[in-house]
Parts: sequence; C-alpha cells; structure tokens
Amino acid sequence: MAARAMGVREGRTLSPAGDEREGTANEILLDVAIQKRYADSTGSGFTLDIRFAVPAGFTILFGRSGAGKTTTLEAIAGLVAPDAGRIRLARRVVFDSASRVNVDVSRRGVGYVFQNSALFPHLTVERNVRYGLRGVPEIERRQRVGEILDSFRIVSLAGRLPRTISGGERQRVALARALVTRPDVLLLDEPLAALDAATKGRIVDDLRAWNRARRIPILYVTHSREEVFALGERVFAIERGSIAAEGLPQDVLETPREETVAQLAGFENIFDARIAALHEEAGTMTCLLAPGAIEIETPLVRVEPGAPVRVGIRAGDILLATERPRGLSARNVLEGTIEAIEERDFRVLARVNCGATFAVLLTPAARRSLGLAAGRRVWLIVKTHSCHLLRPAAED
Amino acid sequence: MNWQALELTLRLSCVTAAILIVLALPTAYWVAYSRRPWKFLVQALASLPLVMPPTVLGFYVLVAFGSSSPLGRLWQRWTGHTLAFTFAGLVVGSVLYSFPFAVQPLVNSFLAIDPKLIDASRVLGASRLSTFFRVILPLSASGLATAIALTFAHTFGEFGVVLMVGGDIPGVTRTISIDVFDQVQAGNYAAANVTSLVLLAVSFLVLAAIYAWNRRAWPRAPWA
Repeated sequence: MAARAMGVREGRTLSPAGDEREGTANEILLDVAIQKRYADSTGSGFTLDIRFAVPAGFTILFGRSGAGKTTTLEAIAGLVAPDAGRIRLARRVVFDSASRVNVDVSRRGVGYVFQNSALFPHLTVERNVRYGLRGVPEIERRQRVGEILDSFRIVSLAGRLPRTISGGERQRVALARALVTRPDVLLLDEPLAALDAATKGRIVDDLRAWNRARRIPILYVTHSREEVFALGERVFAIERGSIAAEGLPQDVLETPREETVAQLAGFENIFDARIAALHEEAGTMTCLLAPGAIEIETPLVRVEPGAPVRVGIRAGDILLATERPRGLSARNVLEGTIEAIEERDFRVLARVNCGATFAVLLTPAARRSLGLAAGRRVWLIVKTHSCHLLRPAAED
Repeated sequence: MNWQALELTLRLSCVTAAILIVLALPTAYWVAYSRRPWKFLVQALASLPLVMPPTVLGFYVLVAFGSSSPLGRLWQRWTGHTLAFTFAGLVVGSVLYSFPFAVQPLVNSFLAIDPKLIDASRVLGASRLSTFFRVILPLSASGLATAIALTFAHTFGEFGVVLMVGGDIPGVTRTISIDVFDQVQAGNYAAANVTSLVLLAVSFLVLAAIYAWNRRAWPRAPWA
C-alpha cells in the first residue's frame, strides 16, 4: 500500500518534461527489436520476440519468472546475443544482425544493476564505485565518485567491504557504481526484490531524484505489482517471450484484457465462460461460467453469442453476505457454501462453492463479526464492472 | 642427510610450480569458461597424469624428447644435448606430471565465482583480460595458493618420472626421493629414515599451510 501511495504522489512529477539533454523530451532513446530462440529439455522451448521503443524515464518489464525479462536486459547489455534483430541505444546501433554489428558489452555504455547487487566482495565500496571509471583522469574520477556517493547517501560507507553493509546499502552502492559511468540506459533486474518496503521507497526516491537531472531510459524488471505502481510511467507485461500488454500501470494491471496479465496482476478468480446473451441496451451481457453453468452479468464487449471467453474477478472485489441480500445495485448474487477459510497476514481468504469455487478476500474483523466458518451458507455479490473479460492465454 | 639432494629437490619444486602457474592459469580459464563441445577431451587429457603410472609418463617424455623425435632433435639443436638425464628433463617431466594438480584447483575456484560478478565487470567497461586480473584472480586466491602448494608438494615427493627421465646423477638429477631409494638399497636405514622424515615434514607443512590459508579465504558471496 505504501508503495502504491508513493506512486500516486510521485506520478505527476514524472511526466517527461524538462529534459535537460539534447533532443526532445519524447525522443526515443532505446529502440529494441530482437528475436532469440530458446530450446528447453522437452524440445518445444519458446522464442523471445520483443519489440519496443522508449524515451527517457521508467519503463517496467513485468512478468513471471522465465518470461524473458532478464534475457531482454542481457541482450541490451550485450551479455547474450540475439539470433536476429536490432538494438539502438541513444543514437548508436549496438546490435544489428543484418549489418553484423555487435558492439562488445564493455563498450555499450550500459548501466546494469543485478538482483543480488553483484558488488565485488574483495573491493571496498569506494573501489567498487570507481571500478567502471578506468581511463577517466584521476581528478575527475575522484570528483565523480564523490558526487555519486553523496547523492546516494553512502559517503560514510566508502571504506567498508560489501559484506559488512546491509542489503539496502549494497543496492545503493550497486546503483551508484552503475550510474557513475554515465550510462545511456540503466537496466535494473529486480534490484529491490529482497528489500523491505521502507528501504525500497527511499532508494526509489533517490533514483527518481537522480533521473530528474539526467533523463535516460530506465528499464526495470519486476514481478511485484506494488513496484509497478510505485515506479511505472509505462509498463510492458511480458509473457512467454513477447509483450502481452503495454500502457500505463493502471490500464494494464487494473483492467487487464490478457489472462496472463490478469494472473500476474492478482486476479484470483479466472473462469472459462461462454456468452449466453447480449443486452446491448443495458451495456451488459450474460456469461455462463463453465464449471457450474453459473450465469453472471458482465460488461458488454464485441463478441458473438456462444463465443468462448474468460472472466476474471479479484478476490477483493467480491462482497460476502450471510443472508440473501435485497435492494442491491449489483447484478450478480450467487448462493454458495464456504468450503475452506484460512487466515494469513491479516487477510482472510474464503473459498466459496457456488457451483464454481470463488476465492473471496475478507478482513479478520469481518470474519469474526459474521461468524464465518467452513460449511456456512453465504451469498456472494459481484458488481458487473468487477467482472473483467480476458483474452485467453496462448496454449503452451 | 643428503643436503645436495634436498637443495636440488627444492629447486625442482620451485621451478616446476612457477612454470605450472603460468601454464595452468590460461588452461584453467579456458576449461572453466569455454563452451566448446569438445572441452571434455581437453579435460580428460589434462587429467591423464592423475591416473597414468609415473613410469609410463616418464617413458613418453623420453620418447618425445629422444634423439629420433623431431622435438628431441629441435631440443638438441638448441641446447647441444638430449633432455634425458638433465635437470631440464626433470622439469619437463615434473611439469607434465603435476599439471592436473595446478589446473584443477584453479578451475574449481573460477567456477565458484558468481558469474554475475564477471558480467558486472564487463558491463562496467572492463575487457576479458582486465576482468581476469581485477576480479577473477583476486577472488581465486585460495585456488591459486592450493595450486602452487600442491604442485610444489607433488613435485617434492615424485619418484617414477624423475627416475625414468633423469636417472640418478648426484647434483643433477638425484632428488630426495631417489636418495631415499638409494639408501634403502644400500641397507642404510638410518639415513633413509632421516631423509624420509624431512620429506614427510615438508609435505605436511605445505598441506597444513594450504588448509590454514583456505580457512580465511574470501567466501564467494558472504551475504548470499
């Protein structure tokens, strides 16, 4: 929640205005179109086929592990070579299979921060940060290291070894080490995954402040929904090697049209369904959920009656009542029985069988006051607009 | 105590260890990081001296550097004599014999380094060579120490290869282990005992030093 609040607070200041570099604010500074074939042990494998072009600012690559997010970063950095395609960084083409350009990783001008920070364990914080400045005159090197240590508030750690500082401090050092080289693009591979929310928030604030001064594209890989909302100006949802959806975080994650995005974005209830009837005058339609032929009313979309669809409903969007409710605006009221109920981290998850099993999210207080337990008869209430129609995921 | 044999053995061990480190570093780097499909052949070849009888290895060194082989003729043209029964011959035999003892600890050390550290170095602008000297080698200190100590100790106690290639010439090829053999042959058990004890003590001290060093070596990623 804290992370989402931060996203709202920071959201407006992040519009790509006030570019201090040459070129226009929306100039494309990273242009990627690559393919790479992966074979797995079963022989099927998948093809990474990623195309995007982004200006300065945060772009989130969101998806489950194995989707191809890290490989995309590694291809941009030059750590893996795509089979085909083209990568342009700032105004330089660093990879082009057609003209056989493949600039060595050491000369791409990329900043990369790994999930485990990858600080050199035998070097002090200061020497880690200096590492990428070989060839820079000593006076300038000292000045740049001093500035970056200062802006990431790690001056006091300069003489320490990585193993003697905290996880959050290590990621700050890793960021400083990447940014002191003045890269043309910053690639962040789940850099904050292992940190607590407060540390994460402070590092994100520092990174935002830094990026206001030097606008470069920042690609940020994550599978955390909170981080998407906290950071994203743009999000690309990646699934099995390609971009399944893109746009503003609230568009992609709050109203997903792709089933895979919905699963990633925390839709606990996803059902196969068939369109039973269209009600064009009401802007709704009736779907039959496959498991128990349950009728459910959803928003109208352009499909033929009888067409297969999938319906996604968040567990937190379902109301639960212990008596049949009356006088409601909600169109979907389903009668069922609690199959199981479990409490974890101040959240109660009830599984209710209404012909199909729905996951319903409650607070512990609601559970107590309603006396909810397995076997109890209940009614579920779902608003029409809480039912999201999804495009089914491609079969594996 | 045959001090001459001890001095000769120490000299042979030092020269062999020094040469082997120079040869083993690039070999181990290649074995650790190459993705060639035929890498296993090189690995098998490099490990052969572990399983071959030392006399067989010595025999092949003699044949390879004998006056009827091209290599032997080349050597003779350079030096004016054959390799057999010389100190240089002992060095060649010892280098081959201890090769796996130098390569394997280095390969293990290189493979224990988090590959992300190597990626990080490369992304930060370092060449492969620079990454090797600034990241891989410092983080392989324990492997390097082990390689040096093992080749030293292994050469210090070797017998079969030395006897085949060098024979038993006092001051030239008579090492400490051959001296023990001679003394036992002559029924001089008291002298053999003293020499053997020196060999035992040196070997133990070297191994103890390796383990002591490795105990305080850099862990790969102390926080992981």
